Amino acid sequence: MIITRHFDEPKLHELETYRKLGGYEGLSKALAMKPAEITEEVRKSNLRGLGGAGFPAAAKWGTVPPADKVPGPRYVVGNCDESEPGCFRDRVHVERAPHQVLEGLLIAAYAIGAKDAFIFIRGEYGRPHRALQTAVKEARAARLIGDDILGRGFSCDVMLMRGGGTYISGLDTALLESMEGKKSWPRQPPPFPTNYGLMGFPTLVHNVATLAMLPHIAARGGEWFAKIGTPKSGGTMIYSVSGHVEKPGVYEFPMGTPLRAIIEAAGGVAGGRGLKAVIPGGTSTPPLSADDLDLPMDFDSVRGKGSFLGAGGIIVLDETADMVEVVRLIIEFLSHESCGQCTPCREGSVWTERILERMLEGAGRPGDPANLERVAGNVTGRTICALGDTVGIVLKAYLKKFPEEFAALAGRNESVMRQEATANG
Amino acid sequence: MARITLNGRPIETADGALMIDVAKEAGIHIPHYCYHPALGNPGNCRMCLVEVQGAPKLQPACRLKAVDGMVVRTDSPAVQAAQAGALELHLVNHPLDCPVCDQSGECGLQDYYMTIGRYKSGVAEDKRHMAKRKPIGPHVMLDQERCLWCTRCTRFLANVVKTAELGIFGRGHGQVVDLAPGKVLDNPYSGNVVDICPVGALTDRDFRYKVRAWYLESVDSVCPGCSRGCGVQVHTSTKRPWHNEGRRVARLKPRYNPEVNGHWICDEGRYSYKTLDQDRLGKVLRLRPAPAGLSAVGTELSWDAAWKEIAGRAGELMADKGAGGLAVIASGALSNEDWRSFKKLFVDSWKVVQFLFAPEPDQVGPEDSLLRRKEKVPNLKGGEALGFGTEFRSMSWDALARSIEAGRIWGLYVVDRDVAGVWGPAAAGLLGRLDFVVFQGPFKGGTGDLAHYRLPSTAYVEEEGSFTNFEGRLQRYAKALAPLGAALPDWEIFEGILARHRAGKGEAL
Ligand SMILES: Cc1cc2nc3c(=O)[nH]c(=O)nc-3n(C[C@H](O)[C@H](O)[C@H](O)COP(=O)(O)O)c2cc1C
Ligand code: SF4
Ligand code: SF4
Repeated sequence: MIITRHFDEPKLHELETYRKLGGYEGLSKALAMKPAEITEEVRKSNLRGLGGAGFPAAAKWGTVPPADKVPGPRYVVGNCDESEPGCFRDRVHVERAPHQVLEGLLIAAYAIGAKDAFIFIRGEYGRPHRALQTAVKEARAARLIGDDILGRGFSCDVMLMRGGGTYISGLDTALLESMEGKKSWPRQPPPFPTNYGLMGFPTLVHNVATLAMLPHIAARGGEWFAKIGTPKSGGTMIYSVSGHVEKPGVYEFPMGTPLRAIIEAAGGVAGGRGLKAVIPGGTSTPPLSADDLDLPMDFDSVRGKGSFLGAGGIIVLDETADMVEVVRLIIEFLSHESCGQCTPCREGSVWTERILERMLEGAGRPGDPANLERVAGNVTGRTICALGDTVGIVLKAYLKKFPEEFAALAGRNESVMRQEATANG
Repeated sequence: MARITLNGRPIETADGALMIDVAKEAGIHIPHYCYHPALGNPGNCRMCLVEVQGAPKLQPACRLKAVDGMVVRTDSPAVQAAQAGALELHLVNHPLDCPVCDQSGECGLQDYYMTIGRYKSGVAEDKRHMAKRKPIGPHVMLDQERCLWCTRCTRFLANVVKTAELGIFGRGHGQVVDLAPGKVLDNPYSGNVVDICPVGALTDRDFRYKVRAWYLESVDSVCPGCSRGCGVQVHTSTKRPWHNEGRRVARLKPRYNPEVNGHWICDEGRYSYKTLDQDRLGKVLRLRPAPAGLSAVGTELSWDAAWKEIAGRAGELMADKGAGGLAVIASGALSNEDWRSFKKLFVDSWKVVQFLFAPEPDQVGPEDSLLRRKEKVPNLKGGEALGFGTEFRSMSWDALARSIEAGRIWGLYVVDRDVAGVWGPAAAGLLGRLDFVVFQGPFKGGTGDLAHYRLPSTAYVEEEGSFTNFEGRLQRYAKALAPLGAALPDWEIFEGILARHRAGKGEAL
């Protein structure tokens, strides 16, 4: 365990306790290094972004243009918008260890030469926001934020911003629009935020869990971190485990840990019932089957199974789960959260939501599964951002994995159609 | 320079040119709603997806920049399926109320359904409902249900007019286009949103339910509303006079001209057609000027008779009292053709020296940095080219009134200008002192009853000609309608008088 190690320490959120347990030593070490040396440690660590895409962190840092090429300020943003159903680890994290996030944020700022850093917090996250506010105050008083941090000549300010309470604000380009005071309609890259970010300046956006790994990498070296995980994914993954398990909660495991071990740590399937499926990374990731329990949980292995590690939001579904209802709930969420900017996502999500609703109400038609499949195809890969892709990808995955459940609902229709015909005649 | 292959055809284009423009240039239309050459490419409608060799996904052509060696297809089965799919998604919640929609016949949804759609609808769900008729300004009606959220209107108002009256409120499928709190869409360019809205979400309150788009005929013209001379199309409805409250012109639409007006026109110009058929003159009349408030009693003349009488009477008076006592009021409303004959008659032949054509005070109005010019007539420059404003100076209205009062003026020839509008009630008294008053114009106005001769001339839509705008650009306009009654173009009237004047002199000599 790296970042959740002291989570049970009751006063970890206080600066004194955090420092007693080794906090801000990573920052101290980092400030003794050259920015390029930190980037090199991160490269060696094989740290990947934990916010969903699993993009190698060092590679992302490498796309921040050098100051002589693109002059002007640079920014770092910690992404704590965490709004995907099944994901709650960032909330627990910033409530319990806000300083760990701040420390990581400052290290990233130092590495790319940013003098302003931000944490963007989900609108509904009141308690995490207060925890961070207190932590920032403490750190500022202790000269860990502001001018000449730790007397090492590096200055960086930290500002907290709250989102408007929309899922889409978690997407980096939409988050930047929101920070600029606009509606969070995603931008269409290229250019990517590391080139054209906040107010048009190079901006590094990382999930807060990714940032929290940096103090440990700075303190103990990239190689140490890399050894914990798999050859391509260093360190650990933080999971929010929920659904039909005995002990839902936040768990940290080395990259590559089999899914079975994680579910067992969470007390196994609730009530000892049989397992039907596991959503591995939050509701936007396709479900794994009951026989995928030995799958090593890292970005590439889960991808090999047609799904994503995502943000580690594991939802365990037992044999009683109605998969059509599950996917309807997911699509309902996506259609509610679609920003509305592009047509396939906005209309495809609400249309398929209504079809699923109708099927579950007992008015399914024979053509419904095929139509869902077709509409999903017209959305996937046709939208501005990944939310739209999610609509199509998730729908197709459930249709493919649980065709009988859809067919059963589509089968009731003939009579309904006849009734309609009579009524209309 | 980028050498690309478009649907198998080698094409050379500028590096970084947008594929949607490159294709258009090559005669290939790529469907789109949100893209507009003057409003940018948000890429939100996803109608313009095309296939790029080597790219894993279809790419929006409105954001695809041409790169040397690029191979693009706009006609492959994958592209056709994607475009039809995007169209279908636009229509899922669209009310399909075409029979009662004013956009019918010129709607982006109808057009693409016929060209790239033609699928069988798979929609069995209820449609979403929103506000159907919401007046959002003096000229524009909003139907929220029909909106595609292409953001053309919001971008136009935010970036071109910079007034930002409209916004998209709410999120996802629940969002609506609406007025920003406390705003009304009443800027001087509001009508343009109707043109750029690809569907019937924004319709013209004046045009609504007057004529079906397919009954209209269109002629290219130039707006005479100010010295910018914006390109316009005159849309007329003549075959079904019961359709447009009897008005022959149903609407004006901007005609794209990158050198003059781009894609836009102002509301003043756009709605200027409404009065085109009102207060019109159609008869050639000799009048006994009426006492104030009453209509003049007139005798109808043939053009030939009128020309002879006017030439004769003016000739007598000039011989008797001298040409210096005749004043001519005209304006930049004359076409270049009119100005030429105007000069032949009044300067070369009659040797008139008293002119008034300055636009103040009745032909000036608001101006701005987008299109509108202060001078509310189209062709001051055309007059200037012949010396009106340089060699021949314009007197002021005050000076003219003083000259009349002092008895230095015996005659007045007014071309399409409402003297009564400037002088007010004093006009009748002033004109009453004169021996000879001719009024010529398309509209009667307050001056039509104060003259000895009233000559009907054509409105600009009833003649062809050219205007020279404030930048010196010569622009032709075509004839959209037949003249009303006996009306003739101004130049023809001048030429008629001139011919009789010469003939008269010949006889006299
Ligand atoms: C619809 C959508 C929502 C997202 N929400 C979040 C979020 O709440 N938190 C987050 O860290 N990343 C979120 N992301 C991913 C971010 O765009 C971005 O990739 C991430 O913050 C980068 O951080 P990382 O490099 O640490 O993974 C979201 C992406 C999408 C498409
Ligand atoms: S895909 Fe959905 S969420 Fe993303 S920009 Fe389009 S409408 Fe918005
Ligand atoms: S009202 Fe018309 S122009 Fe405006 S967003 Fe809707 S469809 Fe586009």
